[in-house]
Amino acid sequence: MRLLEFQAKELFLEYGINLLDSKSSTNIEEGRKHAKELGYPFVIKIQVPVGGRGKAGGIQICQNDDEFELKYPQVMDLVIKGEKARAILLEKMADIKKELYLSIFLNRSKRCYTIIASSDGGVEIESVKNQIIKEIGLGNVSDEIASEVAKEMGLEGKIADGFVDTLKKLSKITIEKEAELVEINPLAILQDESVIALDGKFVTDDNSNFRHEELQKYQENSEIEERAEKSGFSLVELDGNIAVVGNGAGLVMSTLDMLSDSGGKPACFLDVGGGATTESVYEALTLISKISKVKGILVNLYGGIVKTTVVAEAFLKAYENNLIDLPVFLRLKGTESEKAKEMLQGSKTKIYDSVEEAINAAVMGVKN
Amino acid sequence: MDIFELLKGKPEDSDYMKKGVIVQGITGAYGSIHARHMIRDGTNIIAGVTPGKGGQKFQDTVPIYNTMQEAVDATNAIISIIFVPAKFFLAAAKEALEAGIKLLVAIPEHVPIRDTMLTLELANQKGAIVIGPNTPGIMIPELIKIGIMPVTPFKAGKIAVLSKSGTLLYEISDALTTAGFGQSITIGIGGDPVNGTRLIDAFDMIKDIPDLEGLVVVGEIGGDSEEILAQRIIDSGFNKPTVAYIAGRSAPKEKRMGHAGAIVMGTYGSAESKISMFNKANIPVAKRPAEVPVLLAGKMQKSD
Repeated sequence: MRLLEFQAKELFLEYGINLLDSKSSTNIEEGRKHAKELGYPFVIKIQVPVGGRGKAGGIQICQNDDEFELKYPQVMDLVIKGEKARAILLEKMADIKKELYLSIFLNRSKRCYTIIASSDGGVEIESVKNQIIKEIGLGNVSDEIASEVAKEMGLEGKIADGFVDTLKKLSKITIEKEAELVEINPLAILQDESVIALDGKFVTDDNSNFRHEELQKYQENSEIEERAEKSGFSLVELDGNIAVVGNGAGLVMSTLDMLSDSGGKPACFLDVGGGATTESVYEALTLISKISKVKGILVNLYGGIVKTTVVAEAFLKAYENNLIDLPVFLRLKGTESEKAKEMLQGSKTKIYDSVEEAINAAVMGVKN
Repeated sequence: MDIFELLKGKPEDSDYMKKGVIVQGITGAYGSIHARHMIRDGTNIIAGVTPGKGGQKFQDTVPIYNTMQEAVDATNAIISIIFVPAKFFLAAAKEALEAGIKLLVAIPEHVPIRDTMLTLELANQKGAIVIGPNTPGIMIPELIKIGIMPVTPFKAGKIAVLSKSGTLLYEISDALTTAGFGQSITIGIGGDPVNGTRLIDAFDMIKDIPDLEGLVVVGEIGGDSEEILAQRIIDSGFNKPTVAYIAGRSAPKEKRMGHAGAIVMGTYGSAESKISMFNKANIPVAKRPAEVPVLLAGKMQKSD
């Protein structure tokens, strides 16, 4: 999961990384209280799990009550890359001398943690110049390596000490929380030469959730996503109107691509996992029935060992129980497919031999 | 170690062409189904391991041991396949590697990345190959299947197929088989962010097969293993007809698309990046799985 800035900062605080005073709120009444406590000037920051907040107007300076009353609701109402505000963070302002970049990420191809640091921070990582990249194995960053990075960045004295301290703490968090990425951008040097984390990005390895009870409070799942997870499915909601279901992540992604190529608009990605049984397909239809924008369902099941009649049963049951009343475009490769076609005769589910045929029918059958 | 030698053995071996495989978690729901399937499909399942069930037999024939050490001592097997739940994977993998397993096929999905990395560190010390985790397995069609794939899509032949995805491996191999392209070996890389055998490692395993006639790479968004592979293909001067497929072109950024590894962060892991690297390596990228055999046939004509 990806934590919000204020959540990442809660972890930073726990590990002793320097921060400015800040408070997060979910409504303006709470926000007013925080404004009084912090005192002007401060920054209002939208809390969304995506980048590019500044450009989208999600970060605003407030000098007084009038500005606060105007800007708080404005920022709260923003939608950035499809994401609504989860909260608003008010943060004190600082006198910044220089902005650095620092992150530790899990290097997939090198199979170890890797530090990226730069003395030119404050911009997106793709634009960060003079990147120092250091592979650090699976353990904590040592004093030696941290000092080396500081030196390569041209940091000296008190600033270098502050940086080394921050890097070591960041490495400790990364390992203890099993993060895939922890980024501080910008990491600011203030006029008094202290080193402060102005932002925080934190992506954890979901597969290690069972070892991290303490992070569960940050889990943000919709009711549908939660049900999907319980059934062992993966579900990603999208903007279109054709639900896409299949067995296997690669196969569903591939179906999504082909549907998009043909001009169709996927409403969701739903992977029911390797096999396909009457129960799993029925549960998938139950989840889809809860997504109101869906106007049709495209199903792509591949399985040498999947009995197609078993899948057909799920659809019949779904119509019988009035679970769905939507057209279904089903590509099904497996045994007994003639019998399955017979079973579904006269229903709103049509079976196709190739995924291309099923997609064409879905695009034609579901008009926007 | 040569992967074909691992899977087939040497002609002087008593078990040449029917190497023994140990199943870890053989009495579990998932492990028992696939152990049965592997036996049916001709794999020599020689032992199973389930702590506390030592002394029993699986399907009245396959002896079950309490530990990997006992199973290896009794059978001299060097191949193992793991079916235990993800949270027990690290312990099972360590046990296998400590006992001397040289080829470890890791089926479980949802293994924490750190556990995978620790497993790989140990495998590296022991000189062992790990396939997966979150892989359908590895197979020489019609000879040996160590995995969970159905056998119907596959046929013995001369094309190597490397795939991050399971069902797409079946789908594309099926299309290849129908078009007359059998497979010399298929390797499931797995859908996790960190893979025991990366695309580039799998490529190194197969690139020198003497009668190899072509290579199919089934990639997906996330990470940069396709880009690294494309670079290796350029650098190595590999000249067998090669075709790729990349799933996830239309996926939104920063969303995990089913596989733990299938996520685009910024431009890292994007389909565009992979496709442009394959293009640079003069490898056509199919837009649909069904297009793979068509492009491969086209490549073969050109190289004739």
